[in-house]
Amino acid sequence: MIAHLPALQVVIPLLAAPACILVRGRDLAFWLALVTTWAAFLVSCLLLDQVMASGVISYELGGWAAPFGIEYRVDALNAFVLLIVSGIGAVVLPFTPRSLLIEMVGEKAYLFYCAFLLCVTGLLGVAITGDAFNLFVFMEISSLASCILISLGPHRRALTAAFQYLIVGTIGATFIVIGIGLIYGATGTLNMNDIAERLPQTGYNRTVIAAFAFLIVGAAIKLALFPLHFWLPKAYTYAPSTVSAFLAATATKVGVYVLIRFLFTVFGVEFSFEVLPTAFPLMLLAVLAMFVASTIAIFQDSVKRMLAYSSVAQIGYMVLGLSLVTVDGLTASMVHLFNHALMKGALFLAIGCIAYRQASFRIEDFAGMGKRMPWTMAAFTAGGLSLIGIPLTAGFISKWYLILAALAADEPLIAALIVISSLLAVIYVWRVVEAAYFRKPPPDAPAGEAPLSLLIPTWILIALNVYFGIETSLPVGVAEHAARALMGAGP
Amino acid sequence: MSDLLVLRIVTKILMPFILLFALYVQFHGDYGPGGGFQAGVIFGAGFILYGLVYGLDALRGVLSSDILRAGFALGLLIFAGVGVAGLLLGGNYLDYNVLASDPVKGQHLGILLIEFGVGLTVASVMISIFYYFAGRGR
Repeated sequence: MIAHLPALQVVIPLLAAPACILVRGRDLAFWLALVTTWAAFLVSCLLLDQVMASGVISYELGGWAAPFGIEYRVDALNAFVLLIVSGIGAVVLPFTPRSLLIEMVGEKAYLFYCAFLLCVTGLLGVAITGDAFNLFVFMEISSLASCILISLGPHRRALTAAFQYLIVGTIGATFIVIGIGLIYGATGTLNMNDIAERLPQTGYNRTVIAAFAFLIVGAAIKLALFPLHFWLPKAYTYAPSTVSAFLAATATKVGVYVLIRFLFTVFGVEFSFEVLPTAFPLMLLAVLAMFVASTIAIFQDSVKRMLAYSSVAQIGYMVLGLSLVTVDGLTASMVHLFNHALMKGALFLAIGCIAYRQASFRIEDFAGMGKRMPWTMAAFTAGGLSLIGIPLTAGFISKWYLILAALAADEPLIAALIVISSLLAVIYVWRVVEAAYFRKPPPDAPAGEAPLSLLIPTWILIALNVYFGIETSLPVGVAEHAARALMGAGP
Repeated sequence: MSDLLVLRIVTKILMPFILLFALYVQFHGDYGPGGGFQAGVIFGAGFILYGLVYGLDALRGVLSSDILRAGFALGLLIFAGVGVAGLLLGGNYLDYNVLASDPVKGQHLGILLIEFGVGLTVASVMISIFYYFAGRGR
């Protein structure tokens, strides 16, 4: 069975999703989904272990040989992203049953688990496949499933947010499929490794350049790179908190993975950054994202919307790292991918705990939250510190590597901008902390801690934030390994 | 309803042919044009025609939403399950060669089974979509 791990990674959640519909019962569907996500997490751990020990794994679906059949190709970068997606899925899922009862209709919960598992399948599939068209298909699976998940939000506006997500996501997917079509026309192959080998021979003609433009813009829409981020704040604000936590921690990360994969593996460093001047526009947009989105976050009334804008800013850091086009920059980018999944996951789960007690996420309604829900608010504050990048948290590690990478690439201005934009994060996190700890709660405010089934997943993520703020060998080791492979001759 | 006599009779006559044609497209798909998707659409169209002429309630009496929901889940399960069967019999995922004694028969059997899964899902989803559109405002 070990040889079939790449297939099992995707097939386990894919099989469990329709099974959830057949079992019908809410509890049964929950347990099935729980076992599935944990199994997927186990598979991704084994895959990462195997990749780090013995190099790239290639799996031929249906036994058809690689450039013709669909190949699943797992290198350090894939395995790392798989670990993030399945790990966050495994932590977030135990959170759902209590959270769902509060935020949406309980009787159709088995359909929620089906959509959740399909979303996991899609994201894992995008991350694992070595075939460009297969990547597009999995991307569609994940975005349609996440559209369903977003529409389940408690507020009616969740429906318009989901619809907007659907439209924008479809535009992004269309750009990507046009790009893939053009590249297929130019090279005659869909296997990403094969494309990378054949592109230098076909020459960098106009078809290839158009394909490059379509793919990069499509990926930028999917990962919500400023100024194509407008769908994200709405979607994360109105989705159920569990869904916001899962999507914020995984969906945009997979988008960044797609961008990295196309820039560095498929088109190659030489074409992406030397033939075409891609690095500077990416860097400019990343810096703009860091500043504009953080500034907008400062002026938000709703804490959930504030976190959503902060996500746009954090995506800026990830893109900034890769736009340096050095091993250090890519490492920093991937480390931040991992760490941001941990901190945004934790913060949105803390919001989910608060949703258990009160429906409003306005900052003034957070008054006295430190007394009313001490454990939840402590988790939120710890997550906020990690977001700012205080030492001993995961956020510090990613900022540290980013600044070092910027200095090593001889960009002291960029290093300074990273520090300054972190100060903006201090302001928006402080606004919530100030309301929660230094204002008196209104006399009729609901009080009482969230149940343990909500607190434990939240605190697991917080603990991981602290753990990976001190012991960094896993994310940094894997990220460096992946970055070297990407900057070298290929994976 | 009585003034739709021609439509009702013609629908009744056509129904078995539409369903039979769907099955032909389904199971002849590996020799001629066709396959699960097309067959599913034709099969679904037969039921939708029945629903249009005889009314939504009559159609619901034949196929309830629960059956349809089970149908589209089962179709996906069959597709993915055939892949797993290949995996359990010693091949890669979705490798049909190992499903029967010789590879050609295995490929034949595999494609037939997964196309049946596709057909089941597509037909169920088509009819479900019709239910949702026709049932709006009720």
